[in-house]
Amino acid sequence: MSQKQYWKGLEELHNTDAHKEVVDNEFKEQLPFDVSDSLLEATTPRRDFLKYLGFSTVAATLAASCEMPVRKAIPYAIKPEEIVPGVPNYYASTFVDGGEYCAVVIKTRDGRPIKLEGNERSSITQGSTSARVQAAVLNLYDKARLRQPYAEGKEATFEAIDRRVKEALSSSGQPAYILTSSILSPTTKDVIAQFIAKYPTAKHVVYDPISYSGMLLANEASYGKRALPSYHFDKAQTIVSLGADFLGTWLSPIEFSKQYSQGRKVSAKNMNMSKHYQVEANHTISGAAADHRATCKPSEMGAIAVALYNAVANGTAPALSSKNLNDLVTKAAADLKKGNGIVVSGSNDVNIQTVVNAINSAIGANGTTINWAVNSNYKQGIDADMVALTEAMNAGQVGALFIQDVNPVYDFYNGKKFAEGLAKVPVTVSFADRMDETAQKCKFVVPDHNFLESWGDAEPKTGYYSLMQPGIAPLFKTRAFQDSLLTWAGATTSYGDYWKQYWMTKLGGQENFDKALQDGVVEPAGAMPMGGGSFTGNVAGAIANIQAKKAPGGMELVVYEKVSIGRGGVWSNNPWLQEMPDPITKATWDNYACVSPKKAKELDAELTSITEVVNKKRVIKVKANGYEVMLPVVVVPGMHNDVVAVALGYGRDAKVGRAAASGTDKFGKEIGGKNAYPFVSYNGQTVDYSAAVVIEKTENKYEVAITQTHHSYEGRAIIHEYTLDEFKKDPNHLRKERGEEMEHYSHLAWAHKPGEHAEPTEKNEAEVMVTPEMEKGFRENGTLYPNYEHPGIHWGMSIDLSTCIGCGACVIACQAENNVSVVGKTHVLKSQEMHWLRIDRYFSGMPDDPDTIQTVFQPMLCQHCDNAPCENVCPVSATNHSSEGINQMAYNRCIGTKYCANNCPYKVRHFNWMDWNGADCFDDNLYEDGRRDDMNDDLTRMVLNPDVTVRSRGVMEKCSFCVQRLQDAKLIAKKEGRPLKDGEARTACQQACASDCIIFGNVNDPNSAIAKVRNDEQKERVFYVLEQIHTLPNINYLSKVRNSDMVVAGDAKLDEMMNEHI
Amino acid sequence: MCCSFAQLCLKGTLIFKLISVSESIKPMFRRISQVITLVIALFAFNLSAIAAPDGKAIFQSNCAACHNPIKDATGPALQGVDKRAPSKEWIYKWIHNSSAVIASGDKYANDLYNKWGKTNMTAFPNLSTEEIDAVIKYVDDFKAPSATPAAGASTAAAEPQKDNSWLYTVITVILLALAGILWRVNSGLRRVANEKDNVPNEKEIPFWRNKVVIAMVAILLFILTGYWIVNGAINMGRQQNYQPEQPIFYSHKVHAGINQVNCLYCHAGAEKSRQAMIPSSNVCMNCHKQINEYTGEAEHPLYTAEGKKVDGTAEIQKLYKYAGWDPVAKQYIRDEKGNIKATPIKWTKIHNLPDHVYFNHSQHVAVGKVQCQRCHGPIQEMDEVYQFAPLSMGWCINCHRQTQVQFTNNNYYSIFEKYHEELKSGKRTGVTVDDIGGTECQRCHY
Repeated sequence: MSQKQYWKGLEELHNTDAHKEVVDNEFKEQLPFDVSDSLLEATTPRRDFLKYLGFSTVAATLAASCEMPVRKAIPYAIKPEEIVPGVPNYYASTFVDGGEYCAVVIKTRDGRPIKLEGNERSSITQGSTSARVQAAVLNLYDKARLRQPYAEGKEATFEAIDRRVKEALSSSGQPAYILTSSILSPTTKDVIAQFIAKYPTAKHVVYDPISYSGMLLANEASYGKRALPSYHFDKAQTIVSLGADFLGTWLSPIEFSKQYSQGRKVSAKNMNMSKHYQVEANHTISGAAADHRATCKPSEMGAIAVALYNAVANGTAPALSSKNLNDLVTKAAADLKKGNGIVVSGSNDVNIQTVVNAINSAIGANGTTINWAVNSNYKQGIDADMVALTEAMNAGQVGALFIQDVNPVYDFYNGKKFAEGLAKVPVTVSFADRMDETAQKCKFVVPDHNFLESWGDAEPKTGYYSLMQPGIAPLFKTRAFQDSLLTWAGATTSYGDYWKQYWMTKLGGQENFDKALQDGVVEPAGAMPMGGGSFTGNVAGAIANIQAKKAPGGMELVVYEKVSIGRGGVWSNNPWLQEMPDPITKATWDNYACVSPKKAKELDAELTSITEVVNKKRVIKVKANGYEVMLPVVVVPGMHNDVVAVALGYGRDAKVGRAAASGTDKFGKEIGGKNAYPFVSYNGQTVDYSAAVVIEKTENKYEVAITQTHHSYEGRAIIHEYTLDEFKKDPNHLRKERGEEMEHYSHLAWAHKPGEHAEPTEKNEAEVMVTPEMEKGFRENGTLYPNYEHPGIHWGMSIDLSTCIGCGACVIACQAENNVSVVGKTHVLKSQEMHWLRIDRYFSGMPDDPDTIQTVFQPMLCQHCDNAPCENVCPVSATNHSSEGINQMAYNRCIGTKYCANNCPYKVRHFNWMDWNGADCFDDNLYEDGRRDDMNDDLTRMVLNPDVTVRSRGVMEKCSFCVQRLQDAKLIAKKEGRPLKDGEARTACQQACASDCIIFGNVNDPNSAIAKVRNDEQKERVFYVLEQIHTLPNINYLSKVRNSDMVVAGDAKLDEMMNEHI
Repeated sequence: MCCSFAQLCLKGTLIFKLISVSESIKPMFRRISQVITLVIALFAFNLSAIAAPDGKAIFQSNCAACHNPIKDATGPALQGVDKRAPSKEWIYKWIHNSSAVIASGDKYANDLYNKWGKTNMTAFPNLSTEEIDAVIKYVDDFKAPSATPAAGASTAAAEPQKDNSWLYTVITVILLALAGILWRVNSGLRRVANEKDNVPNEKEIPFWRNKVVIAMVAILLFILTGYWIVNGAINMGRQQNYQPEQPIFYSHKVHAGINQVNCLYCHAGAEKSRQAMIPSSNVCMNCHKQINEYTGEAEHPLYTAEGKKVDGTAEIQKLYKYAGWDPVAKQYIRDEKGNIKATPIKWTKIHNLPDHVYFNHSQHVAVGKVQCQRCHGPIQEMDEVYQFAPLSMGWCINCHRQTQVQFTNNNYYSIFEKYHEELKSGKRTGVTVDDIGGTECQRCHY
């Protein structure tokens, strides 16, 4: 609501002088080369002027006199039947990353995959994707991928390695071990079984770097099976999450986001909304989406689970460390008892998970929101197995070790010991696609295919299958992991044949097989069967164990997965993900120590000092579990005051890739963050991702590229937020607000033709609500500029702030679709990031009290204003308006004055300061910074979308509404001689969104989804950002509705500050 | 004297007029030549129009891939088909669904099927009986083309245009010389007159030191250089008339012109994709498995643009090399895995658009129903292809402004209610590409 104040960062909230200066100077960017300040004061400015003039003339002449090169047009020698050059082909496939699952459709152009979309036939992911799925296509073209097998660090052939491995396997007296991540593929499991059949002493160990052992073991104790159930957040009325970031990183966030959004689609017609309680130590996107959020120390999580259990089971009032926690537990317990509740916990502690199981059992969640009839197979690793393997290796009891898809030297809590053990194993083979930390220490490296090059399958849930088919033939001399195992087991069939045989038999015939391959998924018909489970766990014991545990005093550390980088793996070397601003901190390219504003003050790293505004952050020493690293401080409102959070996946070895590499770069600068895995500890049963910590302030400083206060709105109100109660009480509040603004325009005398009514009808002031006529009046009369006509199509987009969880899938989807450049850390520091679509993150509340912080995400992209301020100021009309309502940008006409960016109230225009992608005709003009350079490589450039121009230096760019997709959809309709169907033209961001918060279509078509949202279904929540300045955006937002009774307005002091700011 | 001066002045303006008129002469001549072309073209068109207006088009878009009117190709020569087939009804049935006719046990059909390699003819259920009649009429009236009338028209139109511009230059030079002489005569006469009237003569300044002349020349030079530079800059990267040598002397005239192969048979992408697609060599081999020599030497000997003689048969041999075809054994050369050992042909690309231009063939061919020749020129006349159109933005835009879209035929455009109303009420005679936004930046630049 309007009394609520939002801020992107503390500097904006406190409006420091330094921040004012930054905002004032937003467009005063330095020229990318040095010009002496004394140019005009010099004694001979004329000469300098002539020098520059001469240089530019010569440069222009040189560029202009380039002769037209002779180009070749090379057709296929024999054209494959299914390929029509220039027309994309789509193949259903499966994205699998260490147990994470997403059914995808690969878009290939002329034989190369360029984009991944969600597969809508999958009932599990239902067409959703995440930022990582969107970015996965870039991994295929990763320059750091191995191009042939290696033996002892030297290039080798498969045959030579096969011979040596087979010899070793048959002669060794010690057992061989296959170490993998959680395997979803039934055929791969068969292959491993075949291998074990051949070598009966061999063992298979599953290891998950992000462990869910605690849950698996607790479920085994509680329900008699070591498995994970299926969760149904869509069926839940009350959701309680104890530290589980189920929308960002926990278990299967794509699936859960989709489900979660079902309960969040509130409208005046359907006021039913799920209620989400979140308790967490750091600030996650699930916490941001929550209706009621409280913070705690990680060590307190057990006590909270117990308190919740007691409140649910016995009605005991909780006695926790903060009032807000007590409040939350009491309310959550009351809501859970109403039924349709679900409780999840991100803890890896068996006792906590047992208590959570007990709560779920007590509230009857089993069988309603938690489904035991269909297991989830995402995670299968048991920490103790991995610890035992490490011991065995060190004891010399392992004859051979085959490592697939995991990297324990880097991501095991005791990677050092694992590395030592590795040296004692006679035969070690890694199937890694790059020389990662573990592969470097292995004797043989037999690189596996990328999933886009592989045949395969997955069984994410029992009975629910998904097939993997390649989008391209293997680029390098790589071999499927399964083929390697089969060869060593002496099998004669290849995995491909075996796989096909398996599925032909299972599906019964070629026809079914073909259909399954085309659909991508094989699922039982009808709705998913539901089933409960009877809880038989020992709650009392678990509670006793939790209570027996001594909570450490003082600061605590949590290590967490970033939404973008996750566990690390290959993602660390993905420049798209590295540059994707973290949803909460908005930082790129690094990891850092997140602390609360209050703690930052104590560390002398707060506002007036060096942390905010200035990119240089104070570095602190973080010491825990006998490991210490130096990390810069990033202040995150909403963090518990006694918690430090450090992200995993950084601090990688240089051989992992240039984007991932840490250490010092060629300029002597420190890069790439630090490895946080050694902070993890083992408690004898499971690994623990939190620890007691000591932090020490140092005098060092380190630059962190944070985008949070780039593109400042300077305090203008751009978000409308309501609590559910407010919305229920007066759903039309927003319409009234808008009506007041607009009514002045709707009945201007000259706005009507003679004979029509000219007098405003007498109405009660409070009842003036915005109507389509009023909007029309505002559109036509609110400006002196002519009104655009849209005779055919009028594109429009609607973004629902209530369902947006800020996950960033749209950001990466846009980047992949539109060839958006990666600019590197140095240029992000200069606010020159190129993302066409960014997600603005606003905090509200009191920074010193983390429990009051409420966070809102607002995807911000070109609003395609029908009365666009950018269009009027372009001296060459490079940006102008189309008859379909698109604010067009003609790159070839742009001369780079940047007036448009200056004049854009939404700050969505981005200038190409450098030649990011080699689009210039000058050679050696590419921008290089050491980390992003692989983006220019010919291999990586294969990911570029051939339907979108690669922009060169000196031109402005911005969101185009994915005009290439719109044109394509129109063309298909024209060829078929029929009107465009609603939903046929979809933007990349819309398609990627897991929570369906983006709706796009033709507003002129009254039956389109977008027209219905604006005029009927959601008319109460529609608003346009900065509508009062009459830009007439073609993107509307739907107000944020939070199912919360807590109104977080600042205190008196804060309000005063904010008033001053405005 | 006074009178002659006035006359001279008059002449002076006349010369100026002539000069200014001459600027408009060029388009005038062009218009005349266009009219001539149009008349000749209309005449030529009429000749064929009387024969079969639809038949030719239908034949070329549907049948020409496999049939020739007078020669056996993939299918039999079609001339006289109505006389040799059992009945007209039989022909309709056969064309609508040949396999059904064969299946019915029809003897003639089965004989035909067996004779032509037991391959089914593609069914054309959409062709009406009238359309089939038109095709039959067209093939029956077809005569082997010697020099097509259209070619005559274009050369006839081209020649006077060349002459005209040359003539125009000569006239301008003569007129300029005349102006100079008259100017000298004028000043000479004035001197004589002055001497006679005892008016002191001004000292004669040679014209190259005359300030007015210098100023005029300077301005003229400035304008000309400006024009030259601007024009040069605008034309940078344009390659009109670009006619590179290709790895194989492939004559569009022989294929599309003389043998009437449908453009879309080889350039299948033109209807489906952005790219019209250069066919892969296996498409060439569909016909060239049989056709292994160039037999048109007598009627149409092949010459390169430089006038060098080309051996058509040798060029076919070049194709065999690329396609991996053994012409002696009449089979493909295969490697140990059974793959045909074919190598792609590296053609030199003639039509180059800048990277920031998105052009889609299917939009123009399938939706806009634009003929290939509209942009590619008389491709059926080209032995070696050259770039016919300037491919400049002005050229694109011009066409978009003038061309009417298939507004009422294509239901896609039903959403433009306003235009439909205007058409109905007679406010508007048609809808151009421009009217539906076809000249907006992001139709081609994104």
